[in-house]
Amino acid sequence: MSLRNIGIVYRKELMDSLRDRRTLISTIVMPLLLIPAMTIGFGSFAISMVKKAEKEVPKLMILGGEDSPGIVSALRSLPDAVFVPASDDYARQITNKVVRAAVRIPAGFEASLHGGDPASVEIYVYEGELKSEFGAQKFRAFFDDLRQRTIESRLAARNLSPAILRPFVVTKKNVAPEEKVGAAFSSAMLPYLVILMCLTGAMYPAMDLTAGEKERGTMETILTSRVSRTHLVLGKFLLVLTASIATALLAVTSMGFSSHMAATMFAKDLPPAAAQQFRLSISPQALAAVFVLVVPVAVLFSAALLAISLFAKTYKEAQSYISPLMIVVIVPAVASLMPGVELNWRLALVPILNTSLVSKEIFTGTYHWNFIGAILASSCVYAAAALATAVHLFQREDVLFRT
Amino acid sequence: MIEARSLTKIFHDKKRGAVRAVDGVSFRCEPGRIYGLLGANGAGKTTTLRMLATILTPTSGGATVAGFDVVAEPEKARASLGFLSTATALYGRLTAREFVEYFGRLHGLGENVLRERVNTLLTRLEMNDFCDRRCDSFSTGMKQKTSIARVLVHDPPVMIFDEPTTGLDVMTARTIIAFIRECRERGKTVIFSTHVMSEVEKLCDHIGIIHGGRLLAEGTLAELKAKHGMNDLEDVFVHVVTGSGVAAS
Repeated sequence: MSLRNIGIVYRKELMDSLRDRRTLISTIVMPLLLIPAMTIGFGSFAISMVKKAEKEVPKLMILGGEDSPGIVSALRSLPDAVFVPASDDYARQITNKVVRAAVRIPAGFEASLHGGDPASVEIYVYEGELKSEFGAQKFRAFFDDLRQRTIESRLAARNLSPAILRPFVVTKKNVAPEEKVGAAFSSAMLPYLVILMCLTGAMYPAMDLTAGEKERGTMETILTSRVSRTHLVLGKFLLVLTASIATALLAVTSMGFSSHMAATMFAKDLPPAAAQQFRLSISPQALAAVFVLVVPVAVLFSAALLAISLFAKTYKEAQSYISPLMIVVIVPAVASLMPGVELNWRLALVPILNTSLVSKEIFTGTYHWNFIGAILASSCVYAAAALATAVHLFQREDVLFRT
Repeated sequence: MIEARSLTKIFHDKKRGAVRAVDGVSFRCEPGRIYGLLGANGAGKTTTLRMLATILTPTSGGATVAGFDVVAEPEKARASLGFLSTATALYGRLTAREFVEYFGRLHGLGENVLRERVNTLLTRLEMNDFCDRRCDSFSTGMKQKTSIARVLVHDPPVMIFDEPTTGLDVMTARTIIAFIRECRERGKTVIFSTHVMSEVEKLCDHIGIIHGGRLLAEGTLAELKAKHGMNDLEDVFVHVVTGSGVAAS
């Protein structure tokens, strides 16, 4: 094994790739720009939408209430709301977003309040539509307050303390560190992101170094040089692996930075718990442990992509082979995000899913050493098999010179 | 020296089954001589030369390049040869200098020797004006010069040219022809494949006519003309090929 020749091939491929726009975009630009754009951009967009919905003066409708003038008049004096005349097609108007919400006051409502009879008020809303929900919220807040005042006045009339309704209080106290609770969202996304970035980072160099070389006619040139095919494929593989790991590292750095930025930017617009969801809080030890686990996955991706792309005659053909692979990788990575999917011995042998699951555990501070060992070992076996396949395929002339 | 002994290559094609692309080809070329492999498209020239360059492995038979067996010692055989064809392209994102240096390093040249060798070659081939530009901006002539520098960087004793002038303009083709002649003058063993009769007449000391994967006739230009009683190489070629009874592949 000539490390010198592998090194020469690696250095040349590195220089070549750093001059390739497509590789640079997938390896460096994507993680550095896309992740902040997604985190901050999406967050800002969501917040601006909520703010816009909040600012809107909703059109509301009161149905019934002819015999409850006090309630109707109190409702009509609600600030920041416009009341439209009652209409029988209120449901259509709400659906068409002409009116945001409506309330039906039952007949004899005021009388039943004074008499102590039960009554039922109905609020009509377009569920899931933010502006409609904000409109309905005004009715809900009004009637919650009315109910509370009615209870208190009824208790006072019977000389009873309001405390009679609360014999005891239940409070929930969090013992987990504050940042862990808040950062659950970002931390759960991270393993998925790292695995996906390992794949996208490896994709373009793998295609360029195999199918791309065949297409450009340089494969035959290099095969006539002294370098052995094993050294050639190992040099190429190391470059693809470098791109894969570099993309993942840049993605983590970029996500850490953009999460921090987002949490700071949105702190004044969001309740603290919600803003905290953007913040990544991961210990350096956890990051190092996940990195060790991700390396065999990156090896697996790099070798598999190299082997698959080698079959293709052109860059375009390689893309059509690799696109389905994206789904094969994304499904197990996404599966790890599903609630209730927990690590067990069977899942510990499923490539990608195992790393994603154990990384999620590590990021929340739980280290199952037996699982970590098993996953590392199984990932190494898969990675070695993929690399051996890539090396073997490079020896086959029916693959190298497929017509 | 190059020696091919019953070189045979069978490809397996889904539609056509087993295809004998090269069928028992034997020839020999000594240092300081140019052997011309003359054949129509699909005759088996490229497959034969690819086997000599160890890019393809023979199905049976064998060959030696500068004394090294192409199957048993492919790396040593490759170290002794320079292979040039219109299919051997350049790395577009490297400069000509980087490209030539890359191949020099792969052939085991030390950095000092490499730098000196590359500088000499760039000057000799009049490449100094463009050697630090990326290859993807080159004209065909510049590309050919860069390819020549690549095959010469490790100073191999054997040169293989597979239809090196196909698709080139007259001026660039002349540069290549002059370079092949120079290789002979420097005592290198040269194999040259083509389907252009005039190039064979101009260059080759020994000619082999290949058709349907088989070497049908061999000899010097004078010997071939005398044997077939014809004065024109093209007539000899057509006579050999049509009289062979071998279907074109």
